[in-house]
Amino acid sequence: MFADWPLLSLLVWTPILGGLVVLLAGDHGGAQGAKRLALIFAVATFALSIPLFTEFDTSTSAMQFVERYPWISTFNINYYFGVDGISMPLIILTTFITVIVVIAGWDVIKVKPSQYMAAFLIMEGLMIAVFSALDAIFFYVFWEGMLIPMFIIIGVWGGANRVYATIKFFIYTFIGSVFMLVAMIYMYFQSGSFDILEMHNLKLSMDEQFWIFLAFLMAFAVKVPMWPVHTWLPDAHVEAPTGGSVILAAIMLKIGGYGFIRFSLPITPDASHMLDWLVILMSLTAVVYIGFVALVQNDMKKLVAYSSISHMGFVTLGLFMVFMIWENPANSDLSGATLAVEGAIIQMVSHGFISAAMFLAIGVLYDRMHSRNISDYGGVVNTMPVFTAFAVFFAMANVGLPGTSGFVGEFMIIIASFKANFWFAFLGATTLIIGAAYTLWMVKRVYYGEVANDNVAKLTDLNSREFLIMSLLAIAVLILGLWPAPLIDVMHASVDNLLHHIAVSKL
Amino acid sequence: MTLDALNISIAWPEIFLLSMTCLLLIVDVFLKQSQRDASYLIAQFTLLGTLVLTWVNMTTERAEAFNGTFVVDPLADVLKIFICLVVALVFVYSRDYLKDRNIFKGEFYVLGLFGVLGMMIMVSSNHMLSLYLGLELLSLSMYAMVAFNRESGSSAEAAMKYFVLGAIASGMLLYGISIIYGVTGSLSIPVIAESLVKQSEMNIGLVFGLVFLVVGLAFKLGAVPFHMWVPDVYHGAPTTVTSYIASAPKIAGFAIIIRILVEALGALQEDWQGMLIILAVLSLGVGNVIAIAQTNLKRMLAYSTISHVGFILLGLLAGTNAGYSSAMFYILVYSLMSVGGFGIILLLSRAGFESDELNDLKGLNKRSPWFAFMMLIFMFSMAGVPPTVGFWAKLSVLTAVVEIDMLWLALVAVFFSIIGVYYYLRVIKLMYFDEPEDTTEIKNTTEMQMALSLNGLIILLLGVYPSALMSLCFSVFA
Repeated sequence: MFADWPLLSLLVWTPILGGLVVLLAGDHGGAQGAKRLALIFAVATFALSIPLFTEFDTSTSAMQFVERYPWISTFNINYYFGVDGISMPLIILTTFITVIVVIAGWDVIKVKPSQYMAAFLIMEGLMIAVFSALDAIFFYVFWEGMLIPMFIIIGVWGGANRVYATIKFFIYTFIGSVFMLVAMIYMYFQSGSFDILEMHNLKLSMDEQFWIFLAFLMAFAVKVPMWPVHTWLPDAHVEAPTGGSVILAAIMLKIGGYGFIRFSLPITPDASHMLDWLVILMSLTAVVYIGFVALVQNDMKKLVAYSSISHMGFVTLGLFMVFMIWENPANSDLSGATLAVEGAIIQMVSHGFISAAMFLAIGVLYDRMHSRNISDYGGVVNTMPVFTAFAVFFAMANVGLPGTSGFVGEFMIIIASFKANFWFAFLGATTLIIGAAYTLWMVKRVYYGEVANDNVAKLTDLNSREFLIMSLLAIAVLILGLWPAPLIDVMHASVDNLLHHIAVSKL
Repeated sequence: MTLDALNISIAWPEIFLLSMTCLLLIVDVFLKQSQRDASYLIAQFTLLGTLVLTWVNMTTERAEAFNGTFVVDPLADVLKIFICLVVALVFVYSRDYLKDRNIFKGEFYVLGLFGVLGMMIMVSSNHMLSLYLGLELLSLSMYAMVAFNRESGSSAEAAMKYFVLGAIASGMLLYGISIIYGVTGSLSIPVIAESLVKQSEMNIGLVFGLVFLVVGLAFKLGAVPFHMWVPDVYHGAPTTVTSYIASAPKIAGFAIIIRILVEALGALQEDWQGMLIILAVLSLGVGNVIAIAQTNLKRMLAYSTISHVGFILLGLLAGTNAGYSSAMFYILVYSLMSVGGFGIILLLSRAGFESDELNDLKGLNKRSPWFAFMMLIFMFSMAGVPPTVGFWAKLSVLTAVVEIDMLWLALVAVFFSIIGVYYYLRVIKLMYFDEPEDTTEIKNTTEMQMALSLNGLIILLLGVYPSALMSLCFSVFA
């Protein structure tokens, strides 16, 4: 029944228009009105995203649910939506997490709740559009437009140093993206349109590919974020309100990884091949060095932020390892590359759930104690046993415990990296140790031991709202960990197609 | 000479404007101060009538009048409509401001309308003399408008500075015109173009004349290094006048660049392209960097204007139809954003309070979420962040520059727009993240609030659907 529906347009515009409605409704009719309205729109969008999964044809790598209308004829820019097996899971992740974020902000946000909710809804629509846009300029409009609500979210509802953090966030991302814009315009004159799929087939010389690749790398590396352009992330995370951190970690970072898959690899395969060592170097540095940086953090949010950078390093490692896997004569078949890319995508989805849960857990504590310092806590398990059970579960998932979603992606990437180079596997696998160290050490200091002070003694356990969001996320993490097959099925055809595409030189 | 050769009918909008302005000048003398609103209404009616007359007589053909000194073509029609529209917005935004300061006088509207007449003549000029005539009519009106608040010392200083530098610029331009006349033997733009095409070898006199023309135009437009007057005049003039100077005259400035450099001296494109590159890069750099250091909103917007001029020059120097069209799109969009930005300052000001410091915007979101949102749209549009129309303006200019293989210029432009983003963000930061220092209620006429909201929404809607305006601009230079 959904075959004729313009599903993607509905998914994009329902939350955006919903956000405007919430904005116009304002806070006059009591704060509850705006929140209820926001929840209705968020749930409706999530419901609309379910047919995307159920009606999805897993046998093809072609774009599905395609909508294409001329938009700006002067530059041949089209209103062009479509999803494949790589973007579809990320869209569902987005709609799911937004529902969680709306519920999480329910009692917490006291200042201008309607603007807060509206910003998140508009953001949701923009992010879904980024994942489904198939015209480069159309993509770019949403990619940049996304910065505006996030800028406001961090700046208005953030912590003490929010202004610095949000301006840094905006400018870093802006710097990355404008050069990508120039690259897109350049390719427009080569191919005659901004159609991303046509860009995939565009012949480009090595020189051209080299510069285009660097422009894309600037844009996506900042977004992922990769070492050494990651410094905006801890600042932004620490200052952002809980909901902002969740969206940032769960979805915005994925957009960087998605960009590599949609743009860098297929458009500039030869340059990606030539410079894969650079990306791998940056990824491994993120995995190892940033892991150590996370170890010494005193602020819980900062710790999780660094942990996110380290985990995202796995994603970029998996994506750019494929060339080395192909070149390695020891490989009898090419399945290693598929494993690496699929692992990277699963890692993205899984990290979306886990990082969201980690930040929400910190949010739960912060709402009660108004502190993110690890040293202010201790023995929380005594006063909040249910909450601690969830928190420890998510910490285990973050470490990559088998049975949780965190395990699947990391395991696939490490296995694949053995086929590329032993040392990649070795360095990558250290994260299992470092990650366990910083996560579990934090768990030990915050949750276990004697009750540290009077404030901790006065803590109350989860209320039903918090219990609801925690259990929803826990279920997602478990399902993905125990039974990742549906997700792999969905993306398999698209990943195969991607790999075939990048295996062919464009020169 | 017969009346037919004058072909007077294509100049109806200008004739109507002139007659109505003279009428206003007379009627205003007989009005009491309490009836002054009548002058305002006549002025608005005049602009509306001019706009409608231009609209109704829009052609796709090129037609000349007054013995080839006056031309009407699609370019002229579109620019005139926008000039009338933007000035009408300025008049709407100005009324409360003028009343609050006891300078609500008919002369403001008379001068403003004469300025519009000057701009329309510039836009439609087909002859160096009519062009100069239009330019001087505009400039003299503006000198007087800057000094309009007689009580204010800074206004007088700004007017003096503007007058002296403006006179020098006019002199430069005139000198350039006379050299061109010496070389080509004519002042008529098509004749100049024709004789230049025939001239195969480069004439040193011609380049000399070109330099003077470019300098004169750069002065008028406020491109670096001829920008010194811009911040002082923007700052010193009453805000209503600033919003006037910062918007419509830029459209007319664009028109005379097209008329002089493209239509008359198109054959020298290689020569003026290099000069415009220098002007454009310097304007982008100086405008964006110095804007960061400003604490006064009007001065900041002045430097922002300089950087926008840099972008417009980028489109022009491409020397292709796509380049001219994108520059035209940019200038039209810019005039709407600029008038909106100053509109917000006018909205917040009241008797005895100019509200032109950056800090006066603090906490605007708490005082008036709607107008804070409008200012947010204007600022993001100026910064070129989608989904506002400013992004499309920048995109089309960048496309034009990349098309002629000047990738490095496109990179320079985006580099400076990164710097530019910072000071626009600071305005948003003040409005949204800070607590208000001043909690006086914002009181203005509904008319002004409606117009300002409309202005902001147009910027947003054009951002979502830029296609119509963009195709219009591209069809002009097809």
